Amino acid sequence: MTQTLGQVETARMFLGDEAVAVAAIDSGVGAVYSYPGTPATEIMQTVLDLAPPGVAAAWTANEKTAYEAALGASMVGQRALVAMKHVGLNVAADPFINSALVAIRGGLVVAVADDPGMHSSQNEQDSRVLADFARTICLEPASSQEAYDMTREAFEVSERFEVPVLLRLVTRIAHGRSSVTTGIPEALRPATKGASPADWTLLPGNARRLWRSLLDRQGDMVDWSEQHATLQLSEDDRGFGVITTGIARNHYLESVPGLGFTPSHLHLGAYPIPVNAVRRLADCVDRILVIEEGYPFVERALSGLLPTRWAVLGRRTGSLPPDGELTPDTVRTALGLPTRPRITLGDFDLPGRPPQLCKGCPHHDSFAAVLAALEGLGESVVTADIGCYTLGALPPYEAIESCVCMGASIGMARGASDAGLRPALAVIGDSTFLHSGVTPLMDAVAADTDMTVLILDNDTVAMTGQQRTLLPGTRLEPLITGLGVHPDHLHVVEITTTKVGELAALLRREMAHEGLSVIVAVKECVEALKNRRKGKS
Amino acid sequence: MRFDVLLAGVGGQGVLSLAAIVTEAARAEGMHVKQAEVHGMAQRGGSVQATVRISSDPIESELVSHGVVDMILGLEPLEALRYVDYLASGSGLITAADPYENILDYPPLDTVHEQVRLLGGHLIDASRLAREAGSPRSSNVVMVGSASTLAPLPAAAFEAAIRRAFSSKGERVVEANIRAFRLGREALTPAQG
Repeated sequence: MTQTLGQVETARMFLGDEAVAVAAIDSGVGAVYSYPGTPATEIMQTVLDLAPPGVAAAWTANEKTAYEAALGASMVGQRALVAMKHVGLNVAADPFINSALVAIRGGLVVAVADDPGMHSSQNEQDSRVLADFARTICLEPASSQEAYDMTREAFEVSERFEVPVLLRLVTRIAHGRSSVTTGIPEALRPATKGASPADWTLLPGNARRLWRSLLDRQGDMVDWSEQHATLQLSEDDRGFGVITTGIARNHYLESVPGLGFTPSHLHLGAYPIPVNAVRRLADCVDRILVIEEGYPFVERALSGLLPTRWAVLGRRTGSLPPDGELTPDTVRTALGLPTRPRITLGDFDLPGRPPQLCKGCPHHDSFAAVLAALEGLGESVVTADIGCYTLGALPPYEAIESCVCMGASIGMARGASDAGLRPALAVIGDSTFLHSGVTPLMDAVAADTDMTVLILDNDTVAMTGQQRTLLPGTRLEPLITGLGVHPDHLHVVEITTTKVGELAALLRREMAHEGLSVIVAVKECVEALKNRRKGKS
Repeated sequence: MRFDVLLAGVGGQGVLSLAAIVTEAARAEGMHVKQAEVHGMAQRGGSVQATVRISSDPIESELVSHGVVDMILGLEPLEALRYVDYLASGSGLITAADPYENILDYPPLDTVHEQVRLLGGHLIDASRLAREAGSPRSSNVVMVGSASTLAPLPAAAFEAAIRRAFSSKGERVVEANIRAFRLGREALTPAQG
């Protein structure tokens, strides 16, 4: 994907992520912040490749700091985009939900990529629920073109309703490539003072007024979603109706030609749920199948708790699987169409090929050292974190025992140690440490917890495509010392295949120490090194 | 006309750049195209697949369905076999013959090749043909050449896409890849007469 910006051109092939980035630039965005996370990473990558001078664009420590930086740009009147994966919105939930109360000035768009099916994630939460929780608008594109159009629209409606707008992508939109026609670009706006402090300072007196104001705007938001360009209602079959949202429409339309009849159909791409459109569909049918990617969000709103005269079918009722990514095949089954014949391999046994650490990856040596250090120790607990090194859970190492959320390794090791299970070892990468590991380490310093933290410093955010870590490895030591870790129990060592024994001995010694210790094992990511030699980064 | 392609390989083999060439060839011919890729953790030395859907009419789903794919293009024979349940019967199974053995339980290679042949598939000696083209790293482009014999797109569209993909690397690299494409194409074209 290469192109010049600034003029309307013929269609180009864009990933959904790229379409969001290009649309933000075309909307005159002044500030873009993000933390890498599949499947959202390419939004920021594309902004960094294409943003004209004057646009502030940067990776940040985590999604919360990214969101707050974008919010500050919005407060001074600039349009701002913040991009993250779905679980990143948990980290940024505090600023997101609270910023729905302030009087947004420059359009603020939160592009969140959900990962149904968990291709590269620890859960498949549905960001529409969080948009609803914040009582704000959500847009759900069904193609790269809609990702472009909706991003541009999101800035406008954010300013119109004075709320942050959530743009919900899913993996197959974020990483699906299809053609996009771009529109006329808008100019970057200068930063201006003008926000009323009373509309941005959530003291209880202000917050009560602003919360009430947000609730009062809900009706107008529904009126807007009732009129949305992506809303389509066709009244055909008098018994059976289908509601689709976002990408589900595409899987549904794939199957319609084989049905032999045309169900009545409502498609939604904008939330709050357009109530009247749903009622108009319901007026002409008595059975409604809801096909939506993620949670049964619309389905639950329709069926509620009390019996109705409509049969509402979907993920809750088993018409569609309760979990996992929708596919044209699962939608086909839900519509009652027969499964197509499939070729099988008979008794040929096809082994799986799970992802694995790269050849020459320094994590091989670190895990070899961890295993050697723990050998013969009896009980121990090894908590770990999110990154390539989570693969240390799989054979041949099986060296780690947990991976929950960014930074959890350190807090969990502290809790396990407090509970009496020692040695407690936390294994975390350098970028994950900077993202969410610093604050739990501060807790451990304050309590002088008997635990050891092993930071695997490969100077890279490796798993998402070798972005540079926010701080270079050389800055880790002063940071950790500054938190108050005792210099006698902070070690920065290089890890190589010939130094496995040394690291194992050091780990053994520090795990025996009755207090907090931190070991930073340094070696650059082998892929990042390769790319750097090629001159790519 | 509709033509669904599923590309299979191991993370790091270049499945995504291969998909990009097929997509570009179709786009340049004025076709509707939807491409689906997998990034992130799934790429680390594990199974990777991408799909390219090509059609003269607008395409609905981003994803291909089981039992209807027109061609599986494998960069690795075991990975090509992994997705045969997507293939329509009587459709094309084309794969590089060379194995990528990074797992302990990789089956004996002759049994893998036999499975491909049992399904009427074609094994392409991609690494040898790439060396013959003077570009040992171009086995993926050899596979594009073989695939082009079954795809409803002219060879010239693929060659143009290859030229665009490698143009930044200089004319010599471009020409080596064009040779690789043609050798891959000849490997699946019945001899004249």
